Amino acid sequence: MGMTMAEKILARHSGKEEVRAGEFVTADVDRVMVHEMLAFMIEIYERHNIPKKVWDPDRVVMLMDHYVPAPTVDAAEMHRKMREFARETGLKINLDGKEGICHQIMPELGYVKPGDLILGTDSHTTTYGAFGAASTGIGATEMIAVFATGKLWFRVPETIKFEIEGSLQERVGSKDVILDIAGTFGSDVAQYRSVEFHGSAVEEMSISSRMVLSNMSVEIGAKFGIIPPDKKTIEFVESVTDEPFTPVYPDDDAIYEAIHELSADELEPKVALPHSVDNVKSVGEVSGIKIDQGFIGSCTNGRLEDLEIAAEILEGNEVHRDVRLIISPASRRVYRSALEKGLIDIFLDAKAIVCNPTCGPCWGGHLGLLGKGERCISSSNRNFKGRMGHEESEIYLASPATVAASCIRGEITDPRYV
Amino acid sequence: MKVIRGRVWKFGDNIDTDLIAPGKYLGLPYEKLLEHILEPANPEFPSKVKEGDIIIAGKNFGCGSSREQAPRGLKDLGVGAIVAESFARIFFRNCIGIGLPAVTCSGVAGNFQDGDEAELDLRTGILKNLTTGKSFQTSKLPDMMLEILETGGILEMLKKGTF
Repeated sequence: MGMTMAEKILARHSGKEEVRAGEFVTADVDRVMVHEMLAFMIEIYERHNIPKKVWDPDRVVMLMDHYVPAPTVDAAEMHRKMREFARETGLKINLDGKEGICHQIMPELGYVKPGDLILGTDSHTTTYGAFGAASTGIGATEMIAVFATGKLWFRVPETIKFEIEGSLQERVGSKDVILDIAGTFGSDVAQYRSVEFHGSAVEEMSISSRMVLSNMSVEIGAKFGIIPPDKKTIEFVESVTDEPFTPVYPDDDAIYEAIHELSADELEPKVALPHSVDNVKSVGEVSGIKIDQGFIGSCTNGRLEDLEIAAEILEGNEVHRDVRLIISPASRRVYRSALEKGLIDIFLDAKAIVCNPTCGPCWGGHLGLLGKGERCISSSNRNFKGRMGHEESEIYLASPATVAASCIRGEITDPRYV
Repeated sequence: MKVIRGRVWKFGDNIDTDLIAPGKYLGLPYEKLLEHILEPANPEFPSKVKEGDIIIAGKNFGCGSSREQAPRGLKDLGVGAIVAESFARIFFRNCIGIGLPAVTCSGVAGNFQDGDEAELDLRTGILKNLTTGKSFQTSKLPDMMLEILETGGILEMLKKGTF
């Protein structure tokens, strides 16, 4: 009997020929990523008298992205303690806060490979599924255990397969696909499960677009959000790392808990209304809602193609006088490419505010917080109550194209008609 | 394993980690963050919750971020257990890992009101509403997770070399 991607990767990492959904395994991890959660880990290490120890200093990527550059003295102290930890434990890969958002730079710098098992102290660690890896988020205490042993227990998950066929219309993107899935199936459809994305629409997507599907898999509850690797994946990975890898593919007779077939052809731009990611409408149903702020960035939609489509829409236009648009490229490399392609000029001409790469605005940490009653249309991943600022503010999630179009008009706007 | 008994704090579906540990307070020293745990969902919670109190909630409790400050904050304020229709995955793992019992129970949300008294016996999985006198069977945790809870969490197991 065949295996899913999740079953194959967990089998390979737990030294077994075969595992089945429902089994518990202890698996060796290939790579781990820690961001500012490390500061909380350090507090736990010290409070509970646990020796600070890293099983393999080559396999840990430490970085800062949630408070970059440090907006408060407390944040600066977190960073200082993290750097101290990196020195004490001899971490080989300390990116500090210089490269950008974790889920952009992990693949960009070659730390993600098909077939890998990767853990991060961030829920959107599912992003690396776009490269055929099994990757997921864990908390501080479990990461302390992984630091100590290089292993963690897993329940082998059931898998839900989404077959997405057809071609997306102009200015409709993978963000609209995943919002549509969340709206149709609900924010807990994949709770404790792995998700696989298949179909011609996924094959047509760029690597960046695929990352959006995997990234937001956690918003439907998933443990993994995996896309079987293809030529594009292999070429990308080979362009960023010399390390060998063995891709994994699902078997034809793998057992799926559910298979959902979707068509990309007629899909319209989507918006998730406050305060949950599955509260989804077509943009046409909500167009005209006034906004105060737009945000383009985050680990979900701050990549070059996101900035390109935003620039295409913003070129020759100005952000509405009652609206501010904040743009944060997802990494230093994305920022430089945007600069070289003239996108930053377009943003500045449009009176957008261009910030450094950071998670800040998305999670309400710093930069661009919302006041009472304010509405933000955002290319990020969560619209939970109060997440971006005041408890009475509102977040509408959409694609970068919809955010850009809406910021010109000052109200939620279909990007196909701008 | 001890029996947990306390006041019920009742919440609905999709209580996310931004409601439990709001992002805007995550940058504060942890002791200050504790003053705001679950505050957006119930402003009285952080100041009035007592040792052994039990959270009863609907589906998808703890959805969102991997921030461990959410479950650890609940535990450090005294919460003895969480019983929900279902949990988000990372939050659930975090609970078990830090030694905070988290069990699912179908239909639990409709059978408890905020302020009721409840008792949970983890060994038998029986949850009692002491106010109404009704009893419920919660789902059994796998032995491996019970062992982590019984030891007091992963950190204790690491110290003993059993994780």
